[in-house]
Amino acid sequence: MTIRFYNYVLSGNCYKFRLLASLLAVEYESVAVDFHPGVEHRSEKYLRLNPAGTLPILQADGRVFTETQAMLVWLASKHDKSGAWWPEKNSDAIVQVMQWLGFAARLSATVGELRLHSMLNKDIDAAAAKAGAIKALRELEAHLVQQQIRGEQWLGANSPTVADIACFPYTALSPDAGIEHDAFPAIRQWLYAVRSLDGFVTMPGIHELHEQRDEQSPAAETKTS
Amino acid sequence: MNNGLEYAMHDWYPVAIEGELEIGQSRQTRLLGEQLELRCDDSVCDASVCDASQRAGNTGDSVGTITIFSNGRKLPVQRAFNHLWTTLSEKPRELFAISEAQEPGRRLVPCGVVRVKCSPLRAVENFLDIAHFPFVHTDVLGAEPHTEVYKYDVRIDDTDDEVIASNIRFYQPQASKSSSGGIETQYIYRVPAPMAAVLYKTCPPKPEAMDVIAIFVQPLDEETCNVWPWMALYDDVSSMADLIQFQQLIFLQDRSILENQIPRRLPLDPKMEIPTRADLTSVAYRRWLKRHSAWYGAQISIDSLQNHSEGPNAHELAE
Repeated sequence: MTIRFYNYVLSGNCYKFRLLASLLAVEYESVAVDFHPGVEHRSEKYLRLNPAGTLPILQADGRVFTETQAMLVWLASKHDKSGAWWPEKNSDAIVQVMQWLGFAARLSATVGELRLHSMLNKDIDAAAAKAGAIKALRELEAHLVQQQIRGEQWLGANSPTVADIACFPYTALSPDAGIEHDAFPAIRQWLYAVRSLDGFVTMPGIHELHEQRDEQSPAAETKTS
Repeated sequence: MNNGLEYAMHDWYPVAIEGELEIGQSRQTRLLGEQLELRCDDSVCDASVCDASQRAGNTGDSVGTITIFSNGRKLPVQRAFNHLWTTLSEKPRELFAISEAQEPGRRLVPCGVVRVKCSPLRAVENFLDIAHFPFVHTDVLGAEPHTEVYKYDVRIDDTDDEVIASNIRFYQPQASKSSSGGIETQYIYRVPAPMAAVLYKTCPPKPEAMDVIAIFVQPLDEETCNVWPWMALYDDVSSMADLIQFQQLIFLQDRSILENQIPRRLPLDPKMEIPTRADLTSVAYRRWLKRHSAWYGAQISIDSLQNHSEGPNAHELAE
């Protein structure tokens, strides 16, 4: 059965789906939506599909999904035989995963909005978005430091989950919004680890890891390119 | 004191896509450090302030009439290449021509606007560069190991006062939305104004013609710009959204790199950045800017002005 994905190439939320689909080698049909400058996602045709007027939109299993985090859970629960990306049988892990899936919405609302402002001139309260973005990134940094002390490098479990994919794009794209990663060393390591995963794909603003990698980094060993 | 504004203020710059503002809407923007307000209303165009627009056939039709104000002053407006253009000058230079815009069968595609925290000149120079394709636009406009930029020709055309680079060829895995598989793409570049660049490249579905892709740069100030990509293509197959996203994908791959270039302003002193042979277009562009004292967004030292140095010639550059 066809999986149809309504996509905007510059959207961090759309990229979450594209990234996890690539990591799990899931094929889908992609339909480009003219988010900018056409504002096509707010056209009658798309509002009929998604009254919220947001992207992405996923059609699969005879259903329409409009929440990105739900799309990630759908991908993982249907297409990941290992069960690691959506660890539903591990109650400790799944609670952590839910926590960071929720947190991802805060990143979209702060870093994501500030990025649209910096890049596509979206009219928002930029100072408030920036303050919120820095606060969210500090919390993420603090959590990743705690994880490192525990000897773990992922957000919710001892291997990557949908939570890492949900939080990755807008964290990685914060320089697009004028917030560099220099002040967030644990975040930088985690971004490196995600970019080292087999099947990783890029988007504008998120670059491929260079072949010459830092041998000291724990992530360097996991990449097979 | 001369910061290049003296040259820059007499050019036309894009500030909106045609038909983008609805009647009753207004929008703030900036141009060369000046605050602008765009207002769209249903009044008939005032020919005394907007004769260029009148010539273009705008008589206040259903898309509304745009009036642009700067400090209470009405600025001239004209429509060209699907955009609205304005100038701070009372006696502006003529806006450059792109004759392909009139060719029947071409699809004219305004690709929206992207704000970049870089000098407007750096945005143009990046557009002229081929060598970065395999590394920044990997598997689209270039791919390793096909990284060589073959010898090409660059000249400053004195009649039209433009920089022209021709006989450029480069291997591209996916040259455009309409291409399927890798081809050797031919390129011609034109710089018809300091803050605009037009390229002509092999059109995969119509080999006898060339696709046209341009960037029109709106300088907000010397270190921030709005970039308006625009295309005139032969492609009957791809959807508009697909065409736009292909171009946005490519331009946004450049954005994060442009925002990290140091120094922020384009250095016109030839000793500041060392070019190689692949950078001939850039060398000519910088030389041409210097010749016109078009220094808005540029960095120039008093030392290099006194020496009248124009930078290296082609034969002096490393292969």
